Amino acid sequence: MVEGIIIQGLIKGGTYALLAVGFSLIFGVARMINLAHTCFYMLAAYGIYYFAKELEMPLAAAVVLSLLATTVIGILTYRLFIDRVREHHVTVMLITLAMAMIFQEFMIMAFSSEPLGTPSFVSGYWTIIGVKVSYQNLLTFGIALAVLVCVWALLSKTRLGVAIRATAQDSEIANLMGINVRRILLITMALAAALAAIAGAVVTPTLTLVPTMWTSPLVMIMAIVVLGGLGSVKGSFIGAFIIGFIEVLVVFLLPGGAFLKGAFALLVMVLILLIRPEGLFGVAFEEERL
Amino acid sequence: MLKKLIPLLVVCSLLVLLIVPSCGGEEEDNVIKIGVIGPMQYVQGEHHWYGATMAAEEINDAGGIDVDGEMYTIELIKADSNEMTSPTDAAAAMEKLITVDGAQFVVGGFRTESVFPMIEAAMDYDTIFLGCGAATESLCQLAVDDYDRYKYWFRVTPFNSTKLVSNSLMTLGMAGGIMQQGLGLEGPLQVAILAEQAEWADAMVAAYQAYVPAMLGMEVVGTWRPSATATDLNAELTAIEDSGAHLILTILSGPVGIPYARQLGELEIPAASVGINVEAQKDGFWDATEGYGNYETTLNTYAEGIALTSKTAAFVEEFIERFDETPTYNAGTYDAIYLLKEVIESTGTLDADTIVEELEGIDYIGAGGRIVFMGTDTTTPHDVTYGPGYTTGIATQWQDGEMKAVWPNLGVGEWEGVTYEGVVMWQIPDRVIAYYTQD
Repeated sequence: MVEGIIIQGLIKGGTYALLAVGFSLIFGVARMINLAHTCFYMLAAYGIYYFAKELEMPLAAAVVLSLLATTVIGILTYRLFIDRVREHHVTVMLITLAMAMIFQEFMIMAFSSEPLGTPSFVSGYWTIIGVKVSYQNLLTFGIALAVLVCVWALLSKTRLGVAIRATAQDSEIANLMGINVRRILLITMALAAALAAIAGAVVTPTLTLVPTMWTSPLVMIMAIVVLGGLGSVKGSFIGAFIIGFIEVLVVFLLPGGAFLKGAFALLVMVLILLIRPEGLFGVAFEEERL
Repeated sequence: MLKKLIPLLVVCSLLVLLIVPSCGGEEEDNVIKIGVIGPMQYVQGEHHWYGATMAAEEINDAGGIDVDGEMYTIELIKADSNEMTSPTDAAAAMEKLITVDGAQFVVGGFRTESVFPMIEAAMDYDTIFLGCGAATESLCQLAVDDYDRYKYWFRVTPFNSTKLVSNSLMTLGMAGGIMQQGLGLEGPLQVAILAEQAEWADAMVAAYQAYVPAMLGMEVVGTWRPSATATDLNAELTAIEDSGAHLILTILSGPVGIPYARQLGELEIPAASVGINVEAQKDGFWDATEGYGNYETTLNTYAEGIALTSKTAAFVEEFIERFDETPTYNAGTYDAIYLLKEVIESTGTLDADTIVEELEGIDYIGAGGRIVFMGTDTTTPHDVTYGPGYTTGIATQWQDGEMKAVWPNLGVGEWEGVTYEGVVMWQIPDRVIAYYTQD
């Protein structure tokens, strides 16, 4: 049983991390709670279904096209609906929630609410210390780690990363230093949408496509990001694995209450926040960022 | 002043335009309005509509319904209950169907949590509501406590959850017997129960936990209750494999049935899956699971080539030809509309109280079985009668991309010899054979 908990916890955590990092990044840089974030994950998944199954394109081409299309949708969403109100946090939350609902309804109109499936990149499974893990899940875990390393490298080793971090620390000072803040915010939004789309692309073959598939992970990644500390990419990464392990523990130790796994994860988040209100790696006061 | 008045006049005109049509004016002559309510964005609701449409078109083409010597045509009104996500929406849709659209009768409904408020709304207006989706026994127990209020509710399909337990146990017994014989398994078989978290499943879980050991001599190794909309069951399946279960007894009506079957097949969990998986009743199941749903076994109502009554084959063939899908049990709206025709013609009236009395005594052969409603002296008045000679249902198994009927078959006691032409043998999944026959 312990092996099952460890392996399944890692897989679950990896998936959540992939989604949570993009959400955390856009909050850290733009102070924007983008409730449409997991909607990009849903759009990418439906994109792959459309290109691969309905247009019968090769899977690799379907994935690339879907990632590009989703990123473009993310950019357009930012430019058309968010950019002009980005200083008004509650307005941004409401607009992004509305956008998510609109995208969901479009998907229902286009594909109905019926569950759909997409083909796996690789089929079959591998037994690790007695636990069966599908190749697709292993691929998801590997891609999650690779993407997270890339994000870390981008933020810490490139000029663009320095500009993003500078904007995250203080956008006004960054502006005075010659950084085009609007452009950086747009790039960050595109990056976050692309990260959500990558998560959609790699996770979807193991799951079911339904237009409401964005709601459940949204709640969980918000919990993860708050737990890890709003805006802390490292915190989101660690928070994702904590939440992932709690969910799996509930399934193994309380099988009759498996449906409560999300509630338990949120309860642990609340308990941690009571002890450390800023989250595990968040800063206690806004002034500390300055 | 005029500039201020113009927008006001425009708004008032628009409001009038919106309101006047819904007031409806005079009732149309010789038309019986029947509401079809269900989750229209899902297969369940679509099949409610398709079944009702087929019946209404057939009846209208044949001249309509004879009400005391005058011919009436049927007008169907489609109502999306949005009940998968909102019981409140479902009640509002029912209210609108009756008060705004003028439905005189209603057929449909799917999720118990939403059918309860739908019933309340229909009963407020003494409107006959023929259920074609929700199985919970307590829906038919309402009339025990307050017959005068709830007498307008009847369940046409499916039979109630207690009887679903009975069919599931018989299917489980059959599968277990075939597995023991085919694989040489000794000792009591071990069963994992996988039931979605939903009201209709609660009583069934308790019944399975009691009856699987008592009636079948099998051992229950655990009960897992994922959400009906869960998209990932890797952890549950890993735990079930750890439990050593030979069989998984399912109670799934939500989309969770797809990832469950897909992951079960992809991870080659060495346990056969039997029970209720509504997603596996749909033709899209095979594609949605990428073929990993092979061997998934579920209780069902219709399958191509299986004649439950003299009317089944024609109905199923016509349904497939028109809609390119095998009907799910929700298409029982077809029988429900014909039932209404039958009782309206025999009473010669559209009066709800008279029709209720007639429905209570009806004995009608439908496409889904022989329909006789339980009496008012039983614990579930107006529930469709279950058992050999009435409605039995079937169980189907996916066998290499085809949905095959595998039960009733090999029955004992009251069910001995009960089967239908076209029923084939249940197959042990390859992954289970491979696991139990390896060195």
